[in-house]
Amino acid sequence: MKYAVVTFPGSNCDWDTYYAVKDVMKEEVDMLWHGDNELGKYDCIILPGGFSYGDYLRAGAIAKFSPLMKEIINYANAGGLIIGICNGFQILLETNLLPGAMLQNKNVHFICKQVYVKLNNSNTPFTNAINKNDVLNIPIAHMDGNYYCDIKTYKELEENGQILFKYSDSNGNISDNANPNGSLANIAGICNAKKNVFGLMPHPERAVEKILGSEDGKKIFLSIRNHILQSKN
Amino acid sequence: MFKAKVYITLKDSILDPQGTAVKKALESLEYKNIDELRIGKMVYIKINETDRQKAEAQLKNMCEKLLYNSVIENYTYELEG
Repeated sequence: MKYAVVTFPGSNCDWDTYYAVKDVMKEEVDMLWHGDNELGKYDCIILPGGFSYGDYLRAGAIAKFSPLMKEIINYANAGGLIIGICNGFQILLETNLLPGAMLQNKNVHFICKQVYVKLNNSNTPFTNAINKNDVLNIPIAHMDGNYYCDIKTYKELEENGQILFKYSDSNGNISDNANPNGSLANIAGICNAKKNVFGLMPHPERAVEKILGSEDGKKIFLSIRNHILQSKN
Repeated sequence: MFKAKVYITLKDSILDPQGTAVKKALESLEYKNIDELRIGKMVYIKINETDRQKAEAQLKNMCEKLLYNSVIENYTYELEG
């Protein structure tokens, strides 16, 4: 089982993600540079958090033209697993691998804090190790996490079970009070219709050990492992 | 040489919290008659091209490919030269 973490100029969660996969999950992982032209064989590719290209123009807008992104788009279209965390999510939106766009947080502040997210669909490669209706405690750290899409897209997301996580309180109640950034319908993470590309604003790699305050993020990495093992059998 | 100004604005249906905050700041400066304030971006581009049609086609292409995001934004432009 082999993972890859892609570093863009301005990525700053790449090594945290490497640590989570390598040292916590004990999996093999390569660090890839965005300027590479070739993509090796991987079971899962992770686009990490940060500020690729300084968030110039729009968060993730310039990263989509990185040479390696062409290969990553082909990999996604062939069914390869991709998870985009925070800026990685923004890149997946700009690349149209996921529908919708990010707006600035409703309160116009950078928000860095622990939040709760409620699982909305456990039947995906990224959430199969999480109990239905489970609430995870994972941190967010972003300026542009206010997810938006048009009504038609939203209905499709709902009908296809593509909304994987919603911001909630610790009991799993989804309300405006539990919405940190103004995100449409409290959306914290979505996947594509084929369920092989997943983007989320919370940082699971920052919640993989008790000393970090929460181990809940590990459940996402465990889900990915389960899925890869099952698909290899 | 053509000079282009591309104006990128959030769609009317989308809230602009930054614009709302600036509107409130102006109101606190006693400008009480501001009905609406929205913030956008302006991109200034000089294009080395002699044919106007080509320059305009290129400008539109650049907007579609990178400069604006059709999910949340609209764009207009001025082209001189």
